[in-house]
Amino acid sequence: MDAVLDNLDAFGAGLGETLKLSLISFIIAMLIGFVIASFRVSPVAPLRAAGLVYVEVFRNIPLTAFFALAVFGLPKVGLTISFFTFAVTVLSMYTGAFISEALRSGINTVATGQAEAARSIGLTFGQTLLVVVLPQALRTVVQPIGSLFIALAKNSSIASLFAVVELTSTFDQLTDQESATLPLLLGTIVCYLLITLPAGAATAFVERRVAFKR
Amino acid sequence: MTTAVLYDQLGPRGRRRVVLGSVLAYVAIAGVLVAAALQLEEKGQFESRRWSNLADPELAEFLAKGLWANVKAAAVAMVLALVFGAFFALGRLSRAAVVRVPATAVIELFRALPQLLLILAAAIVLPRYGFELPVFVYLIVGLTLYQGSVLAEIFRAGILSLDRGQSEASYSVGLSYGQTMRLVVIPQAVRRMLPSIISQLVTLFKDTSLGFAIGYEELLRRGKFATVSFGESLLQIYLLIAVIFIVVNIGLSRLARWLEGRQQRKYGAAGAAATVTGVEDLAVLDTK
Repeated sequence: MDAVLDNLDAFGAGLGETLKLSLISFIIAMLIGFVIASFRVSPVAPLRAAGLVYVEVFRNIPLTAFFALAVFGLPKVGLTISFFTFAVTVLSMYTGAFISEALRSGINTVATGQAEAARSIGLTFGQTLLVVVLPQALRTVVQPIGSLFIALAKNSSIASLFAVVELTSTFDQLTDQESATLPLLLGTIVCYLLITLPAGAATAFVERRVAFKR
Repeated sequence: MTTAVLYDQLGPRGRRRVVLGSVLAYVAIAGVLVAAALQLEEKGQFESRRWSNLADPELAEFLAKGLWANVKAAAVAMVLALVFGAFFALGRLSRAAVVRVPATAVIELFRALPQLLLILAAAIVLPRYGFELPVFVYLIVGLTLYQGSVLAEIFRAGILSLDRGQSEASYSVGLSYGQTMRLVVIPQAVRRMLPSIISQLVTLFKDTSLGFAIGYEELLRRGKFATVSFGESLLQIYLLIAVIFIVVNIGLSRLARWLEGRQQRKYGAAGAAATVTGVEDLAVLDTK
């Protein structure tokens, strides 16, 4: 256990970096998800097509391959940003595709009468979506979106392969210095559970608060 | 047409707006594409020597072997994960707490961890304890633990989704727990779970590219090697790899959807409505 106790500050820094990476990427992914989901239900055909292409591309590319393309490829076209910014960009674009699908499935669960009523009192498409449909859709997708945050936190480990020093790279680096690898692994596992378990509990809490009977 | 409900059959003004919106959208999309193309052009990424390398038969063969390594890893991990999943799902459903509690703990633990960490841990920890194995094995271990736990939850949800009357009826004609599971519950549950299982297997294929992390020579790792000898085609090689993965995965997803549709036609919409969705990995969230 000394291997863990001697390196508590390294674990703390790794945990902080993973949290920072996950939270920033999650906020951007939510925004991307909102935009793409509204594209996909919009009356404007080219926007629907663009939304579909976005989702199909980013849901089907392995995250590692997307990271490699961005981190190694983009500097070749003159785009050089920090590794952390690359990681946030890649993670949020990838997760955004899944969030838009979650939101869209939520939109589909809202009773048709809701949108019909909104239209019949003269709301426009944008108003119908923003004021009536999305607020109800959001309540039904708390659980999937919570799981997506957890998946994002886990996926952020892939940034360790591309020069971001978060939890997984902390583990990787410490195993080079210390002989006791198993305690280090346990320490890393505990750190990940410190993120995923509260996130799961928070999801369940929010879901109970916003759930409503139809 | 689930989405059409958000807007009315358009009137003349609405149609004009949509036309205007479409034009603006086309202009915006074209603008993005042109800006990207100009940037690529400025950095000389359209020069033919950079692209002609992709037609090199040696490179094609080198990368094809990489893709084959992905397929191999996916196939082996799939079989093991299915076995792992079935075993622990039944364990978690067991009525004996000595079986149920550890099975639950194992599933919940591995599901909560990044796959990459499990793969790295296998590659780092196992050799320290005297298990010097090929990287292929480390990759399989990591994939199996994670995907197996996710599959276990899919199996469990499938079994629980079955109407209790089925097992009650089976007990009432005198079948044992084992017989009920084997003859009544599992055959029906598997049918319902099939679409979710297949989408999880598509995810599994995608995740074999994590072998990159431990030097397993799959497509992405081989692509990185290739950029050493074809340095001028670096961007092109990574683009090619991304396209290969996307095409293969879309193909596999289509296959999954086709199977789902076939199942609906065969067993009626009721069976499809009860299909288990979304235990974890979110390829499952897909609808149409």
